[in-house]
Amino acid sequence: MELLREAIGSAVRLLTHGDPYTLEVLLLSLRVSLSATVCALVVGLPLGMAIAFGRFPGRRLLLALVNTGMGMPPVVVGLVVTILLWRSGPLGALGLLYTPTAMTLAQAVIALPLVVALSAAALGQVDEEFRLQLRGLGASRLRSLWEVAREARLPLLAAAMAGFGAAISEAGAALMVGGNLRGQTRVLTTAAVLETSKGNFDLALAFGVVLLGLTFVVSLALTLVQLHGRPTSR
Amino acid sequence: MTALLELRGVVVRARDCAILDVPGLTLHTGETLAVLGPNGAGKSTLLRVAGLLLRPDTGQLLLDGQPAREDALRRATAAVLQRPLLRRGTVADNAGLGLRFRGVGRREAQRRAAPWLDRLGIAHLAGRPGRLLSVGEGQRVSLARALATAPRLLLLDEPFAALDEPTRGQLVLDLRELLADHQVAALLVTHDRREAAALAQRTAVLDQGRLLAVGPTEHVLADPTLSPLVGASLLDAELARRLAAPQQHPARCKTPLSCERIHR
Repeated sequence: MELLREAIGSAVRLLTHGDPYTLEVLLLSLRVSLSATVCALVVGLPLGMAIAFGRFPGRRLLLALVNTGMGMPPVVVGLVVTILLWRSGPLGALGLLYTPTAMTLAQAVIALPLVVALSAAALGQVDEEFRLQLRGLGASRLRSLWEVAREARLPLLAAAMAGFGAAISEAGAALMVGGNLRGQTRVLTTAAVLETSKGNFDLALAFGVVLLGLTFVVSLALTLVQLHGRPTSR
Repeated sequence: MTALLELRGVVVRARDCAILDVPGLTLHTGETLAVLGPNGAGKSTLLRVAGLLLRPDTGQLLLDGQPAREDALRRATAAVLQRPLLRRGTVADNAGLGLRFRGVGRREAQRRAAPWLDRLGIAHLAGRPGRLLSVGEGQRVSLARALATAPRLLLLDEPFAALDEPTRGQLVLDLRELLADHQVAALLVTHDRREAAALAQRTAVLDQGRLLAVGPTEHVLADPTLSPLVGASLLDAELARRLAAPQQHPARCKTPLSCERIHR
């Protein structure tokens, strides 16, 4: 108990005094995970739309794959991305291994199935006749999809948040493709792993608290947006 | 006279089975054509084909005598479906939606849609969220939204089906006046022969995807061979039989509850 109390006290001091090391790790985490979320959204939203509205052979198989992907272990993603980016691997010439870009790529792969599955579910909730009505008012195919996405913007936001949550909270893939290099590829989760193994529980806990805080802020923002977007009752 | 819209040899199939087979059907400027028929007759499919919301497997659509291009037909038509299907936003936003799809800015779209809200008696609702309206009010917004695009052809897919009787009657009469005033053609899909009688100069009858008859509404509705298909309900006969019996005034109840008492 004593150890835990001391660790919490040190964590609070580190956070309140704006420790440069903690700050540096936090900023890199945000940069990598936000970029990964954006990448997952750019690829995932059209895929979610295709699954929600498309009628093509293999649609069910794709949905099954995406659902399976939601439970994909980050370590497996890390391994595959590492092999791809390894010097003698297919993308080795890019020289991306042990860079924040590699971490972004791995986290985007982890977030992608969540974004695809949740956005497909969100878009599927919008009344099918609504799209017909939009087309019947002269909307182009693309414009009608955009309008449907606007209708489903709250659950789509939840899909984005889930993707971000998955990205920022994983450690395995970031460790494997990033290498946990201080000042270069060290993020909150990998830093917490390292400091724990070194016995620096206060620092590890400080990173844990920051991670929890980020999760809380994201959840709070989502809740506020959802409350704001809900129609008030008469 | 060249028809505004002509369907030639239109066939729509689903799993190798024809669900719509219309050898020929024309619609002229300013004319309302009703399409009657039982459930599953292919009425809504016909309407979707007429707006190219659904591409027929074979056949051709002509707009002003020329093969119809999708974008040109889309701009010439506007659809009103059974439910209002309003999106988030105010009534004014919703009313201008069709214009927004035609590249008009938000404010300008609202400005141009406003007279239609007024014309349909819902100008006072312009600032209200569309989702909070009753079905009747929502359907008026839906009509305003379609008419604001200045369509040459209005595609009406059972637009009054979800309304109660008094609301439906009033809206049908309002729409008749609007269509006549603005010379807008309409294709009206309906189950209700009274709507056809009130709105349509000509009526087509569909059954199991086949076009059985087209002609002046009064001829079609009076044809005894078509009556089972055009909604001459067995219940109409029931009602007539009951009303023919000697009548007494029913005992009157007290006045209806006021809102305050209902919500107390």
